[in-house]
Amino acid sequence: MKRVIQILMLLMFVVVVSSCDNKRKPNVQYFPNMYEPVSYETYGVNDIYENKMASRLPVLGTIARGDELPYEYPNTEEGYAEAKSNLINPLASEVLDAKRGKALYDIYCATCHGTKGDGQGDLAKREKFLGIPSYKDRDITEGSIYHVIMYGKNMMGPHASQLTEEERWQVVAYVQELRNN
Amino acid sequence: MKILYQTRKKHIFISMKSVKQHNLFSRLTLSSLAFLFFFTINLSAQGDAKNGKKLFNSNCAACHKLDKDLVGPKLRDITEKRTNEWLKAWIKDNAAFQKVDADAKEAAEWSPTAMTAFPQFSDQDIDDILEYTKPVVVEEGAGGSGAVSMVPVQQEKDNTLLYILGAIVLVMLLMLFNLYRTVNELRGDAPKRQSFSEQANDVWEAFKANKFLHFLMVIFFLLATAYFVFGWLSQVGVDQGYQPIQPIEFSHKIHAGDNKIDCQYCHSAAKHSKTSGIPSANVCMNCHMNISEVADDTKIGNHGKDILDKEIQKLYDAVGWDADKLQYTGETKPIEWVRVHNLPDFAYFNHSQHVTVAGLKCQKCHGPVEEMDEVYQYAPLTMDWCITCHRETEVDLTENGYYKKIHEQLAKKYGVEKVTEAQMGGLECGKCHY
Repeated sequence: MKRVIQILMLLMFVVVVSSCDNKRKPNVQYFPNMYEPVSYETYGVNDIYENKMASRLPVLGTIARGDELPYEYPNTEEGYAEAKSNLINPLASEVLDAKRGKALYDIYCATCHGTKGDGQGDLAKREKFLGIPSYKDRDITEGSIYHVIMYGKNMMGPHASQLTEEERWQVVAYVQELRNN
Repeated sequence: MKILYQTRKKHIFISMKSVKQHNLFSRLTLSSLAFLFFFTINLSAQGDAKNGKKLFNSNCAACHKLDKDLVGPKLRDITEKRTNEWLKAWIKDNAAFQKVDADAKEAAEWSPTAMTAFPQFSDQDIDDILEYTKPVVVEEGAGGSGAVSMVPVQQEKDNTLLYILGAIVLVMLLMLFNLYRTVNELRGDAPKRQSFSEQANDVWEAFKANKFLHFLMVIFFLLATAYFVFGWLSQVGVDQGYQPIQPIEFSHKIHAGDNKIDCQYCHSAAKHSKTSGIPSANVCMNCHMNISEVADDTKIGNHGKDILDKEIQKLYDAVGWDADKLQYTGETKPIEWVRVHNLPDFAYFNHSQHVTVAGLKCQKCHGPVEEMDEVYQYAPLTMDWCITCHRETEVDLTENGYYKKIHEQLAKKYGVEKVTEAQMGGLECGKCHY
């Protein structure tokens, strides 16, 4: 009898100790086959590909239905100059929504460029990311702004993957507004 | 900085030795004059490093670092390589300067990217910037700070010693107490427990005789068991507090909290998609192309710079970035993040509906992520939790005129001023389960 009690106590101790690290593991599931999807999950694993990523890029040379057309200007100095002089905002003026432009700008640009476009964003103020110019000091056009959002410039990275084509143009219009005011 | 001034100071002091015979007053006047003179010279010829730093950070630092090549070359020792006049001509308009100067033409070949011209800088501005780029030698400060830092270390040691001593004293007290008891028991003076056990025995006998009490006890035990079993069952499949170990020690507190980067900057898919989007590594590289190491005082828990710099290197390995050559190698591999929030497959949830249409803050469901070094599941994500929120949330109509009519009809039907999400059909089974 004493033996059994001792073993039980040891077992309880083990359970208590092991449950301390429980937050590292997901909880038990009842009928897990109703929890786990049959299809591949977003960002899931697919063993048939070499890098095992279920997320795939579109096949080269194809465009998904409803997706945006490829951007024509190359990521070079010449491409920049060409976009700067030729590329214009295709959005009609009544579609331009300064409120949305500002909301998007505040999320995707203001961290570095500042809410006023003066280069005094939070990252610049905390000296994490330096050398961000004020829009007003730079000779830029709507074409060149769009081009830089697509490809980045110097230490700025490309932001094409975070914004759709229409959103990029809304942001461009808002940057122009910041420059002019 | 200090060293640079010191060489000049020496000159002044040497020249003062030859005028020893003057009285104190004239010596003071002379020395203060010399001092003033020294500072005037200093300002006009050398520039102000403080202003230089400001100008450098807002104009140059996008492409140049002091000690590391970036888009442009490192600038720490540039004043030793080129004269100030050459640099002024280059900075103001390097394209024009290249046409008249062979060195400038050669310098332009350093990078395929042309440097921006800065015609707005005055000569003084450029002097200031160049002053800032000069090597800084700190001598006096080093000894002082070392002595200061010794003090807290010693204090910490003292504290641990105190704790150990305290523990020893406690253990000794316990041993003394034990010894005292043993001695007492040996003497036969042990406290009489007989009376207590006798009392307990009486209660036990009374309990055995009382049938109604037995009945109550059984009901009590059944209810208690049901309570605990039900409690345990209802947390099956609920992962609240789940905090898996991630492959990279990424801190949301540093990124979203300290640096105030918007959630949607990285989770940019949340506004259009069912999932909030795990940022692809190119989004990380938007900043980390430039930021290859953490600041000296950055900490996650007790992990400091030595560990965290390696975490940034893990990103570089995954995305295939050569931090020395500043270019992509093309060898990439996926980062295997562990998913924290995971709804079962039988429940449908769409981020864009909540983020874009309802305009909810991410924190409403995910909790104070901007304060979490390591993300954990904040909400239970149970059906009860979903429904409670749908019942309480009133729909904002001011931004959307399209559904105005149906909203008005619903408000009339329920006799309320503002329609809740539940009244709009947010409780229908098929909205989430199909």
